Amino acid sequence: MDQGKKHYYLEIADNAHILSHRLAENCSRGPFLEEDLACTNVALDLIGLAESVYNEVAKQSTENVSGDYVAYRRDEIDYRNCLLVEQPNRDFAHLMTRQFFMDTYHYYLFTELSVSSDTFLSALANKSLKEVTYHLKRSSEWMIRFGNGTEKSKEKAQDAIERLWRYTDELFESDASYADSIGTGVYADQDKLKKLWTQKVDEVFFLAHLRKPENREFQLNGGKTGRHSEHMGYILSEMQFLPNKYPDARW
Amino acid sequence: MEETLLDEATLLAEFEAKIDAEIKIEPRDWMPDAYRKHLIRQISQHAHSEVIGMQPEGNWITRAPSLRSKKILLAKIQDEGGHGLYLYSAAETLGVSRDQYIQWLHEGKAKYASVFNYPTLNWADIGAIGWLVDGAAITNQVSLQRTSYGPYSRAMVRICKEESFHQRQGYEIMWKMMEGTKDQQRMAQDAINRWWWPALMMFGPHDSDSAHTGNAMKWKIKRETNDRLREKFINKTVPQAELTGLKVPDPNLKINGTDSFGEPTYEHSDINWDEFWQVVNGNGPCNQQRLEHHIKAHEDGAWVRECATAFLNNSNSLNG
Repeated sequence: MDQGKKHYYLEIADNAHILSHRLAENCSRGPFLEEDLACTNVALDLIGLAESVYNEVAKQSTENVSGDYVAYRRDEIDYRNCLLVEQPNRDFAHLMTRQFFMDTYHYYLFTELSVSSDTFLSALANKSLKEVTYHLKRSSEWMIRFGNGTEKSKEKAQDAIERLWRYTDELFESDASYADSIGTGVYADQDKLKKLWTQKVDEVFFLAHLRKPENREFQLNGGKTGRHSEHMGYILSEMQFLPNKYPDARW
Repeated sequence: MEETLLDEATLLAEFEAKIDAEIKIEPRDWMPDAYRKHLIRQISQHAHSEVIGMQPEGNWITRAPSLRSKKILLAKIQDEGGHGLYLYSAAETLGVSRDQYIQWLHEGKAKYASVFNYPTLNWADIGAIGWLVDGAAITNQVSLQRTSYGPYSRAMVRICKEESFHQRQGYEIMWKMMEGTKDQQRMAQDAINRWWWPALMMFGPHDSDSAHTGNAMKWKIKRETNDRLREKFINKTVPQAELTGLKVPDPNLKINGTDSFGEPTYEHSDINWDEFWQVVNGNGPCNQQRLEHHIKAHEDGAWVRECATAFLNNSNSLNG
């Protein structure tokens, strides 16, 4: 497995894994029971997605490692998820706005990858599309509800947009290790993804009467190259606690 | 006045005839007030237990040690929440809304299973809860599939199918840990040491001390007594513990005979009833924490529920 391919696979897996972790943190904290269960459901879909990719990375690795090893035993600098998925739940508007940005991204990413010449990526994309189509429907509907619900819900959603927008450009950045391979039919065209993503976000914001931040130039990045936010260390401390403390144990 | 009394007497006779004939009582059927009140208490307590039970297990989601174990735990907690939903729906057929049930919970007027007031301190606790707590719950719930109130009985049929999965998954965690490293075995033994007695307490007080058993048995809401169910659970679970090498934390546990299938039955120490009543009355290790967690989530979510209601009303007025 060349480095570019490994990085590309890990971006997909780590994004799903860390986002799933954040959603799982919300378990028993939902605004009502049905929504609590829906969040867990999305977390389960994402962890399943991550697991498929980690297993494939392990399978294609020259080292004798398992999918779990890839998922749990790397240093923080080797996790390649974008900063957006690490951002804390804060409140339901933040959780759902982060989800809406990621669901939109996943929807177009997997639509593109469904015709990838990489058989693993195309199979993964076709399987995941069914799930992320539902995820996007759900999070779009929440954005529209927030914007058209009460003054408070609109305010909270707008605040979440202001805080999270700065992490959205990173979704469309290409790591140097695979940037040259974009356009060869293996990976998704990042510029095209950004255009589609922006159109969808504009459409939902229009229906929701929500707006993009005034200052859209200010953007943060680094996650894809292993430079994470301060939140990431705490996520990994919890997630890796048992595998690190008891490296010989099987669970 | 006389006519009303006569009618009530006739209705009661019809009600009791149905109970005797094992015909389920349905929401629109006439039922005695005491029967309705008993069901309101029991089904809502059951629903709250499922929902509060999400917390001790949720405590380990972010620390689950593998992708598989995390998926299983998430799915299990999701199942428990789903059981809460079925049960709130069954309880709502008695004329009380879910909001009201939740308010009673928050006001301390409704209870939930005391077992969830114990903390989960290591990963084996997730195994112990599935194996022992869900195991104890199933022993009770299997008999509740035959309960006389239709919606409750049907909810229990669905719930039992999922709970038996949970019990096997919990036992698998314990099994794996007992086959694992010394550290894992220590965690597993520590977990059974802490969860054994709270699991036995789940069946409630001795029959002689149980305030609600009398009518509940007469009306077939409850089909077997607390003590009988507790014995069944012990007889089933002790051999499972021995198979894994786990030691049941009861120095007086010994075989005292066999049941009708030739399986061993056990003599055991009595439960620490002081601890039982302390936890029931709010003085367990996590009573305050569990309730505050639920209240906080409910209060934090108020604006979301208001938003959803306002949006629905706005949409209806636009469409209407």
